Amino acid sequence: MSAATESRRPALPRDRRSLVVRIVVTIVVGAILLYIPQYFPRFRIEGQFNVIITYAIAALGLNLLTGFNGQISVGHGAFFGVGAYTTAILVADHDWSYPATFVAGAVLTFVLGLLVGLPALRIRGLYLALVTLALATVFPLIITRFSDVTGGTQGKRVPRVRAPEWSGLQDDQWKYYVLLGFAVVAFVLVRNLVRSRVGRSLIAIRDNETAAEVLGVNLSLYKVVTFGVSAMLAGVAGCLSVLNEPFVNAEKYNINLSITLLVAVVVGGAATILGPAFGAFFVVFLPEWLPKSQPELSPVLFGGALILLMIVAPGGFLGLMRQLTGWAKRRLRPPSSDPPTSGTEEALASA
Amino acid sequence: MELFFDRLVVGLEQGAVYASVALALVLIYRTTSVVNFAQGELALFSTFVTWQLFEWGLPVGLAIVVSMALSFVGGAAIERAIIRPVGDASKNPLAIVIVTIGLLLALNALVKWIWGPEGRTFPKIFSANTIEIGGVSISYQALGILAVLAVELVLLYLLFQKTKLGLAVRSVASNNESSSLVGIPVGRMLMFGWGLAAAVGALAGALYASQLAVLDTTIFFQLLVYAFAAATLGGFDSPVGAVVGGLIVGVVTVMAGGYIGWLGEDLKLLAAFLVILVVLLVRPQGLFGKKQVERV
Repeated sequence: MSAATESRRPALPRDRRSLVVRIVVTIVVGAILLYIPQYFPRFRIEGQFNVIITYAIAALGLNLLTGFNGQISVGHGAFFGVGAYTTAILVADHDWSYPATFVAGAVLTFVLGLLVGLPALRIRGLYLALVTLALATVFPLIITRFSDVTGGTQGKRVPRVRAPEWSGLQDDQWKYYVLLGFAVVAFVLVRNLVRSRVGRSLIAIRDNETAAEVLGVNLSLYKVVTFGVSAMLAGVAGCLSVLNEPFVNAEKYNINLSITLLVAVVVGGAATILGPAFGAFFVVFLPEWLPKSQPELSPVLFGGALILLMIVAPGGFLGLMRQLTGWAKRRLRPPSSDPPTSGTEEALASA
Repeated sequence: MELFFDRLVVGLEQGAVYASVALALVLIYRTTSVVNFAQGELALFSTFVTWQLFEWGLPVGLAIVVSMALSFVGGAAIERAIIRPVGDASKNPLAIVIVTIGLLLALNALVKWIWGPEGRTFPKIFSANTIEIGGVSISYQALGILAVLAVELVLLYLLFQKTKLGLAVRSVASNNESSSLVGIPVGRMLMFGWGLAAAVGALAGALYASQLAVLDTTIFFQLLVYAFAAATLGGFDSPVGAVVGGLIVGVVTVMAGGYIGWLGEDLKLLAAFLVILVVLLVRPQGLFGKKQVERV
């Protein structure tokens, strides 16, 4: 009894210390994120950082479905595309304002996600992944087929967004802050969702459907609504991508986009909150960093890097970080003061 | 009516190629429970090797056989060097999916790097003549491709059901651990499965390129999508299902593209997917797939 209380005692200060670390890290990261558009030139902000933010939001949605709920989707590029086309068509042809189209895009992709999620009640795992793959393949074909509305392969130009006078910002900087605001809200909402009863139900379904059902989780409801919410996040990301780059065409939302989003989820760390952000950063910047001497070879290196990363760190970037910090903690702490509870602590952290 | 039969033959001919690639997918899925997104690009690589051998003066049949042998080695090597280090597919399916996607990207770019991005004309394997059967003209190519598929299926059946090697592979597929306990070299069987799939893919790629008469780096992803559709329709764990699924997908796309004017050439794939969706809603395990019974 006394031994247990003794081993408990040092846990409290350590918690407080980690809280301080968390606050400091949040402030530093926040400052860096806010400083980025002041430091980098316009083409990097529009071409890379803003793209990263939209990918991160879409990957966040996909992670909810694939990482937390265990339903693999290779078709989220289609939802992204639906969002993008909703904004593009409404702004360019019907004179809507951008924010209003975000609502329309969100509602539309949510409903679409529910519809795609319905067959997912009967079709599972691998078969579901291939149905979503079909979605990703067919989407550009549909866009091309109805080119009088969508602009088809020619594409559609959308009026640009200008930074308001009072902000004193360049257009690209303004767009960056708007996107960042959306992303922060989305990440906080998803974090709260995942840590709630709903999130625990999602994870329970992923880990053992039968057990979850026995414990009273409404499988159909959760699975379909997760599909809807996940599609909605990808859709909103698509809307935002048009805000950043006011041009859409059929080729932009093909299967490669769906694959990119899935790669972002897994590389960042499936079933982690911040993983999609790291993953989005990775998929945009890794091709940048690869040697440029032979441009044909860079996809080979990118593919190779993916394979290597999955062999070294199957849990993605955040999984690797968690392993490393766990290892470092075990090494740095003297063995005498290392209580046997560290094992359960780690299990809790990874859960 | 004549048009209908013409389209049926064309559909079967195209479906036979989808079926061959689907067969390769099923072979890998059954032995290692990996869904191989790189199957199309593996076939692309093999087909370029076939083309290269043909250019160097080998007769096209021999070129295909040599390329199949090389592909077998390549497939086995990929399993050993890339797939196995990632670990058990059933424990971390996402990681394996990403690895095969990485392989897809890398192989496609590698082909472009080695052979250049321009398209090549691929030799016809079968004669361009047609034969009249009951008023319907059938090309030798259609007959040839269907015959190759039939022979392939029979050989695979004999291999898996009648040989000791096939028995060992099936045993590994059904239970990895028990197999290794009774002394089956599990690792080598997995390599064999991948090698076999790569060889089957090489053959399918040659048929596909010969059917289209061109070979370039963009056409094999589409082939993969059709093959996925075929395997999904037939049931991912059934070779017979893959073949039936492939033929159905081929016929449905050709018929839909021909008869439903609204769909046209662009959207004929949509028709196939709708058929698959309906089938899966009735039979979630595909037409010939085995239903998974879960133990609680």
